[in-house]
Amino acid sequence: MSTHDVVIVGGGPAGLSAARRLAVSGVRDVVVLEREAEAGGIPRHCGHTGFGIGQFLALPMSGPDYARRLVAYAGVPIRTRTTVTAVEPGGRVHVTDPENGPDVVIGRCVLLATGIRETPRSTRLVSGTRPWGVMTTGALQQFAYLTNTMPFARAVIVGTELVSFSALLTARHAGIEIVAMLEEGERITARKPGDWIARRVFGVPVLTRTKLTAIRGADRVESVEVERQGRRETIACDGVIFTGRFQPETAILRSSHIALDTGTGGPAIDQYFRSSDLQVFAAGNLLRPVETSGLCWAEGRMAAANVILGLKDKLPEASPSVPVTYAAPLKYVYPQRFTVQMPIAGPPPLLRARVSRATRGRLRLLVDGRELWSRRVSLLPERRISIPSDRLPAAGMRSIHVELMED
Amino acid sequence: MSYDVAIIGAGVVGCAIFRRLCLGGAKAILLEKGADILSGASKGNSAMLHTGYDGALDTLELACVRAGYAEYLEIRRHLNLPLLETGGLLVAWNEAEAAQLPAIVEHAHRTGLADVNVIEAAELRRREPHLAPTAVGAVSIPGEHIIDPWSPPLAYVLQGMAHGGEVRRRTEVTGGDRKLSGWRLSTSTGTIETRVIVNAAGNYGDLVEAIARPSPFRITPRKGQFVVFDKPAARLIHSSILPVPTERTKGVMVVRTAFGNLIVGPTAEDQEDRADAAVDEAQLRTLIDAGIRKLPALAGETVTAAYAGLRPATQFKDYQIEALPDRAWITVAGIRSTGLTGSLGIARHVAGLYAQHFGRLADNPTPIWTPVPNLAEHLPRPHQQRGYGEIVCHCELVTRAEIDAALASPLPSGDLGGLKRRTRCMMGRCQGFYCSARVAELAAGRLPDAPLRSAA
Repeated sequence: MSTHDVVIVGGGPAGLSAARRLAVSGVRDVVVLEREAEAGGIPRHCGHTGFGIGQFLALPMSGPDYARRLVAYAGVPIRTRTTVTAVEPGGRVHVTDPENGPDVVIGRCVLLATGIRETPRSTRLVSGTRPWGVMTTGALQQFAYLTNTMPFARAVIVGTELVSFSALLTARHAGIEIVAMLEEGERITARKPGDWIARRVFGVPVLTRTKLTAIRGADRVESVEVERQGRRETIACDGVIFTGRFQPETAILRSSHIALDTGTGGPAIDQYFRSSDLQVFAAGNLLRPVETSGLCWAEGRMAAANVILGLKDKLPEASPSVPVTYAAPLKYVYPQRFTVQMPIAGPPPLLRARVSRATRGRLRLLVDGRELWSRRVSLLPERRISIPSDRLPAAGMRSIHVELMED
Repeated sequence: MSYDVAIIGAGVVGCAIFRRLCLGGAKAILLEKGADILSGASKGNSAMLHTGYDGALDTLELACVRAGYAEYLEIRRHLNLPLLETGGLLVAWNEAEAAQLPAIVEHAHRTGLADVNVIEAAELRRREPHLAPTAVGAVSIPGEHIIDPWSPPLAYVLQGMAHGGEVRRRTEVTGGDRKLSGWRLSTSTGTIETRVIVNAAGNYGDLVEAIARPSPFRITPRKGQFVVFDKPAARLIHSSILPVPTERTKGVMVVRTAFGNLIVGPTAEDQEDRADAAVDEAQLRTLIDAGIRKLPALAGETVTAAYAGLRPATQFKDYQIEALPDRAWITVAGIRSTGLTGSLGIARHVAGLYAQHFGRLADNPTPIWTPVPNLAEHLPRPHQQRGYGEIVCHCELVTRAEIDAALASPLPSGDLGGLKRRTRCMMGRCQGFYCSARVAELAAGRLPDAPLRSAA
């Protein structure tokens, strides 16, 4: 058993940027718990470039380079191969590691930054047999970039989120032919150029209004069945890559005392990144699916700033707090509650939201039924919505509501 | 090479028979057409150690279930096999169902289970507070427990091998010639001479039976689909929640697994295909809805996996087990849903038939025990001990040592599915998002079909 000022669970962009911010601020007794053999998180197996913009005085770099940079700059001990098995009140984090077996690590503050994962086939309830050759982008990236192998030769990609095009690049890198990309909706989920690149640069058909209805094959995938604009078709392939539909990695939280939000799927937080247990903070993609590594990095820093205030007992008590409510087509809004007695030094908090489908209209922030802010917006499911909340009154609020008046 | 007995089919029944005959000193060979044991019907079931409270009186099935249940409890510690003692609650959801409960209790008493009794709604709620308030009462079946569906048959095979038995996988029996001294079996990997054949071919039982005689039974596989909820859902129930059977269906159960999950199922769908254990989105959604009606809090839980098992049903209700002395053949067929519990009892019964018609079997008072690694969540696992090395699968907390052990066992995993059943790797909530590449790397060169090719 050991006790620390701060225990950070998860060594990805959010956890490591928080670690650095704490170290730089003089909070030295910090430990990062990372279950993999190397810290760095998901960027470790994203071979393409585009990481680290604006964070390090350097050009955009590849995921693995970015991950190494995060680790080098962390400035606190990182315990790798250390798996967290439970989180309990009192900052008690149950861990197990290869040398010592089960142990308890106690933090005066705990920062959860366990990230996300994609929704696998099983959770999507796809019909058919269960042969080899069905995986997520994350698994494919590990095959391609960490073990330098290809698990199949001709695959379909299910989904058209940003990550789906990352899967396309990964497949390309590994020498896997992509037979088609399948999208249930009218248009692709990612921003526009994606399908143009897929079609023109890679010659991959992007099939919209196409739903994967079944996977066929005994030992290996032999084909998939799709319903394309009302007609049933069979596509021959030996692999299926399910992309996106990210969900926060909350396995240890769902058996814990910490409240989860049904909208984001992550822990419900206040504007100080505090969960329902005020000793436990959360940052990064654990908060919601899914943002860039750059935003997770920034959140880690902001959460760390609040952790420092928490260590000095400078954050307000939980109550009174005001829940943030919202209505469809908004899919989620966070922070899920505002603890009043603002403000405290530092950047003003933002409300962030997403919609569940492409839409446009007037986005409004209402406090006690009165419009405090509004703006015309054109929204996509993958487009981040930021709502300034610096005008929220310091006291006396009873309700905060976000809504979209659709055209 | 010539054998006393060849057992066709390495499902749970074939594995148990193999063990029993090897323990008795017979020179036995177990033949399996799949890449690993448990490739067919035994791959997907509800993993219950079943009391037989609803078993038809004076049937071979009930006798085998009782004997199998007792022997499992007797040998499980020697083989390191788990027992999750949940008990069962057969819950009535309306007055019509409640009216049937006394008859169910009376039947259970007649089968010899004296501890089965009716409990009132208030007591039911005290025991299972998460059940929907529409539950009006239940029958308590204290002996209805949960086991690991895959480790017991593995332990049975390993014990058989320790007593001189042989196992040949990827070996499909294609025909047989009756000889004076027994049989010459043709298989996909060569011919095998044996004195006696045991047909334990599961969903292929009638096809294999045709080698000996026109099959008196016809197998119509009955598919059962299950939905697996992630581990946090298991906190919602203590006991196995069983349905009151109706004329049409046995209904949907909500039960925990030895691995710490919660499952809802099965469906019951007759089909012609003997291998197609496909799941169906609409059926899975129906199961989830049925589960939520019984356990409303399930609505907030996530699904980890879905699977389907094929139960080898025949047109007859009872097991189809008989010796054909003049054909040097023992038929073991129609082992539907009670096979996991019944297997050890079936094996004893088959050993009796063998001894009666084909040759002596010795009593072995000091058998060699072959304990298997524990996979049950409620018992110690390697990741809880010092010096475990590396966790490969984070969801199921599977260590590299466990994967290496399965690949280096006297009966190494035969394919990726077999490795998953033996270690739980890739079986958790992320379904291989994190570990499939590492698992494939560890298995490369050690599984015949390791799903890896070097990138160009």
